[in-house]
Formats: sequence, C-alpha cells, structure tokens
Amino acid sequence: MRRRQILARLAGPGVLVGAVVAAALVGAILLVALGANPWTGYSALVSGAFGSGSDLANSALKAMPLLLVGVGITIAFRAGVINIGGEGQIIAGALLSTMTVLAVPGVPRWLMVPLVLVVGAIGGAIWGGIAGALKAYAGVNEILSTIMLNIIAVQILNLLLRGPLIDPGEIERGSRIPQTERLSENADFPILPGGTRLHIGVLIAVGVAVLGYILLFRTTQGLRLRAVGHNPHASRYAGMAVQRNVVLALAYSGAMSGIAGVALVFGSEGHRLATDGGATTFTGAAGFNGIVAALFGGLHPLWTIPASLLFGGLLVGANAMQRAVQVPAALILALNGLVVVFVVGSIRGRQWLNERAAQLRRDSAEAAEALEETERQQAVEETPP
Amino acid sequence: VSEFFTVSVLVATVASAIRLATPFLLAALGETLGQRSGVLNLGVEGVMLLGAFGSYYTALQTDSALLGVLVGIAIGLVMGVVYGVVTLELKAEQGISGIGIFIFGLGFSDLLFQKQVGTPIPIDGLTEWDIPLLSEVKWVGEMFFQQNVLVYLAFLLVPALWFIVNRTTFGLNVRAVGETPEAADSLGVSVNRTRYGTIIIANGMAGLAGAALALELGIFQQNLTNGHGFIAIALVYFGAWRPSGVMAGALFFGLVSATVLQWKTLGIVAGTAASIVAMSPAVLTIVVLVFVSRRSGAPAALTRPFDRGH
Repeated sequence: MRRRQILARLAGPGVLVGAVVAAALVGAILLVALGANPWTGYSALVSGAFGSGSDLANSALKAMPLLLVGVGITIAFRAGVINIGGEGQIIAGALLSTMTVLAVPGVPRWLMVPLVLVVGAIGGAIWGGIAGALKAYAGVNEILSTIMLNIIAVQILNLLLRGPLIDPGEIERGSRIPQTERLSENADFPILPGGTRLHIGVLIAVGVAVLGYILLFRTTQGLRLRAVGHNPHASRYAGMAVQRNVVLALAYSGAMSGIAGVALVFGSEGHRLATDGGATTFTGAAGFNGIVAALFGGLHPLWTIPASLLFGGLLVGANAMQRAVQVPAALILALNGLVVVFVVGSIRGRQWLNERAAQLRRDSAEAAEALEETERQQAVEETPP
Repeated sequence: VSEFFTVSVLVATVASAIRLATPFLLAALGETLGQRSGVLNLGVEGVMLLGAFGSYYTALQTDSALLGVLVGIAIGLVMGVVYGVVTLELKAEQGISGIGIFIFGLGFSDLLFQKQVGTPIPIDGLTEWDIPLLSEVKWVGEMFFQQNVLVYLAFLLVPALWFIVNRTTFGLNVRAVGETPEAADSLGVSVNRTRYGTIIIANGMAGLAGAALALELGIFQQNLTNGHGFIAIALVYFGAWRPSGVMAGALFFGLVSATVLQWKTLGIVAGTAASIVAMSPAVLTIVVLVFVSRRSGAPAALTRPFDRGH
C-alpha cells in the first residue's frame, strides 16, 4: 500500500528532478575532465544564483524571458506543435516595439508601457503565426520552419541595426556599433521598490503565466487547442477547425516570446536594442532555454514559474562558476540540452513506474479479495451443519 | 554583374558550389538512411557542431587535417550510440530529444572552443587532390576534379547509398523496418538492431559533415554551422528520400551559397546586403519546403518507436 503511493508520487516530479541530477552528474564529469573541481564550481554556481537577495533578483530577471518563452512553448506543445522559434519571436517582438517607440517617443508613460507590450506581442505572434500557417496550409514541418525563421530574424535585426535603426551618435563618432539610441524614457519598465534591479517585467511574466494557465485550462479555446494536440483526427470529426487552431497555437506562443523581447529591451540597463552580429544576440539563448523550463515545468504554465527561476538561477550562477573555476558559462546551455534529452527519455521510465504502481494496486486488491474469500470459507467451514 | 558572367568566374563558382555542397550532402545522406529506417534525427546540427569543433581542434593541435576528419567521424559515431539509446531503448519522442542533442552540441562546442582555443585561429584545410588526366580537362577539370578527398567521398557515397538501400539485405531490412516494423519483426528482422545501425552511420556522417565544414572554412566559432544541419534535414524531404534527389538539393544550396560568396567578392552586393545574403539559404529552405512538404513518400513508420507489445 505504502509502496504504491510512493511509486505513484515518484512518477511525476521525481523523474524530472532525476533528469536534472543526471545532467548535473554529467556536468561534474565534464568539469573534472576540464581540470576544474566540480565541488568548487557547483558551490560557486549555487551561491551565485541564490546566495543573496540581489543574486536572487538577478536570477528572477534572468528567469523572466525563460518564463515568457516557456509558457508560449507550453501552449504550442499542448496543441501538438513543437515551437523552436522562440529566438526569432523574441527578436520580432523586440524589433516591432523598438520601432514603435522610435516613431512615437512622446507617448506618455502610462500608455507607452502597455503599448510596447501589445505591439511586441503582435510582432511575436506574426513571426510564430507564419510558421503556423506554413504548417497548417502547406504541411511544412514547424521545427524546420521555426529554426529557419530564427536565422532570418537575426539577419533582419542585424540589417536594421546597422542601417535605418542605428544610433545617429554611432555614425557621428564613426564607431558604428550596431545598436539603437537610448530609447524614450517613457517606455522604461518601472523598477520595483526594494532596492534591487527587479522591474515590472518580472510581474508581467508571472501574470502572463497565469493568463496562459487560464487560456489552456479554463477556456473553450484552450480545450480546443488541447484537443487538437491530443487527437487531431477526432477533433476534426468533432467539428473543430484543426488548421486554424494550429495557426492560433503558434501565434499565442509567439506572442508570449514577443513580450519577452519587449521586456529584454525596455527592462535592460542600456534601454536600447543591440546586436553582436552573432546568432544569439541580446536574447541570451532564452528561446532555447525556455524550452527546457517548459519541459521541466511539466508543460504546465504555473509549474513553469518555479522551473524558470531554477534555470534562470543556473544561468546567473554560471557566471560565478566561470569566475571561480574558469569554465565558460556555455556549460549551462550544454547541460540544458541534456536535461531535455533526459526528460523526454524518462517518459518511458515514468510509464514503467505508473504500470508498476497499477500492478501493485491490482495485486493488493486481489490479495484483499483472496483474504475475504478465505475468511468466508473459514466461516462456512466453522458453521456447524 | 557582367564580371560574374565570365568563363573563369563561372567555373570557379561551380567548383566552389561543389565544395560548399559537400557538408550538406554528407549530413543529408546520413539523415536519408536514418529516416528510411523510420528514425527522424533532429540532432544533426548539434552533432555537426561537435564534429566540426573536434576536427578543427585536432587539426590545430596536430597539423593533420586527415586526423581531424577521423576525430569528426568518431565523435559522430559516439553521438549515434547516445541517440540510439535515447530513441530505441528509452523510446524518447524523436522531435524533442533531437532538439536536446542540438542544444547540447551548441553549448558544448562553444564551451570547448572558449576553454581550449579562445580566439579563432585559422587552420590549413584539406589539400586538393587532382585526379590524374581528368583534372587536366579544360574547365571541367577545374570544376570537378581538383577537389579535396571529402568532396569525392561525398559524391561517391550517393551511388553507394543507393546501392546499399536498394540492392543489399541490410538495405531491404532498413526499408522494411521503416515502412512496417511489425511485419519486419515477425519475419525475424531485428528492428532495433537495424535502427541502431542506421542511427550510428547517420550520426557518423553528421560528424563527418561538421568536419568537412570546419576544414573547408578553416576556422571554428560559436554556432559555426548556423542551420546547415537543419537544412540537411530539409534536403531529405526535397530529395524525396532518394540519394540522387538529395544530391540535387545539396548542389542547389551549394550553388546559391557559392554565387552569393562570389557576388560579395566581386562587390556586386555590399554593406547591408550582406544580411540579406546571410538569410538567403534559410528563406530558400522555407520556399522549398512549401513546395515539397505535401508530397507523399515518407517512410510510413517515421518517428514511430517500435514496441513489440505484450
């Protein structure tokens, strides 16, 4: 009886934690192989991430884009669409909101912040929706199209920041760093009280996670998305517009990554949009790390909140680890890839645990029945004729 | 533009197109074999990155490009065993586990590069190996027969793969396992053993493709492949799971890349146009996929793990 309960509990979060522990073990082996002391490295990582109030605030700031992307990924995955386009959708949201602020810098603050959020969400939704339409109406594999749209978005970003959007000061000075001017102060994300760097973007991210939960589990639209993801044929038979829902799923998903792009620009310390010309620019690979947070959150918008904080913390702690043992912070991206592999690889292990729990339940039911039967027979035998 | 349409420039462009097609072709041929057996490997990009770094670093340390090639293949084979265990033993969802391998490769190759090398140091790539007599033929020789050994290998693998898939017992097993694994299993073909074979070969070729790319460019940097592996997967659809079709697609992408590079050198495109040029393979991939995705012909059991049942 007790064993059954333990097994049933293990089947859920236990396996997820196991995946992270397994990745951490591989990471320890890699650290040793690179000539670093894993204990020193990992303790620097943990204290760098969660050691003090300001570390925790930095972790929350790093978690913010992961959470927004992760909630978007959750909606897409639940609808049966694999969205690897977080990077491109973040860029689309950042670009469209930045261009809006450059066009109308004088909009008052109370209106400007909601405005950039809406515009950024639209930018991301368009970028995601393109992949959705390609899948729904041309049968294009969304994994490939979203990856390609990431590459295209990076190049559009580089193109615009080297040309029309470049800070005029960069041209005057001749330094030509590809970045915009400092954007209108009216669009700055307000800093939260408490003396940390935390700004309103963190609250927005949590709010979006709650909205994502309501959308998926408390509305008819969410039911349709999940039905399409669960069984497209049955959904079509039930009269649902499967294609439209595929487009919608990727548009919602993109909208949330777009908001992440807005938060990364207007919540940044420089208050400008910049690129290093490389593949992962100002996004810090949040489009990929968000996938890890979503999977670790069990594809549930609310569980993605603590999951994002964990992985945001790892990213912050990785810098402390780099200083302590001279191992580049890219280790965390590598380990996140392993977490993805281990989580999807453990689903079968979880099934096995569930089957085992069900078997034990059947066994104990049979045992109880057998016991009852024996007692009844004994009662019959003991009854004098 | 008129400068581009001179014989010497056109010949040089075709020669460079064939070189640039080689990494696409190697990765896509491997992926074709894997998909014919019913396994979708989305980790190609990550394995290519690992293979590229491995071969670059080996060539940097030993001055031997050939040793670098072998290391690239070896890394691919190891990753093949890993991906085999994940997809065949643990029966992980192939779309997402492949993305995990990609993210791992992206992060780990960057980590090793930063830790072991730091700043990009150029290396000597593979030397050209002129085919006797044929390389002397005017124009044709320069285009096709003054290439490095990996180029010849990649194009020889096209008929070789066709032969293996269509004319050998192993190929028959691969096709059976990819179409109806249950029937293959009932006839005594080990589904998983066949798929282990194709997955390991496919990843070995992805590692080799990464080596070909790094040695062709003579450099390594973060995210060196920038979508090469994913384009290779798209080429499998483009080529309708046939080696010759895949080769046509790889040559097409090689030609586009070579033309673009040549235009840049000649100054036909300049400045901000460089970004448009850099995104052209990605745009092209989407356009190609729009046209070929509705076509049928995918192996019936693609992405479906095999379970004998109870």
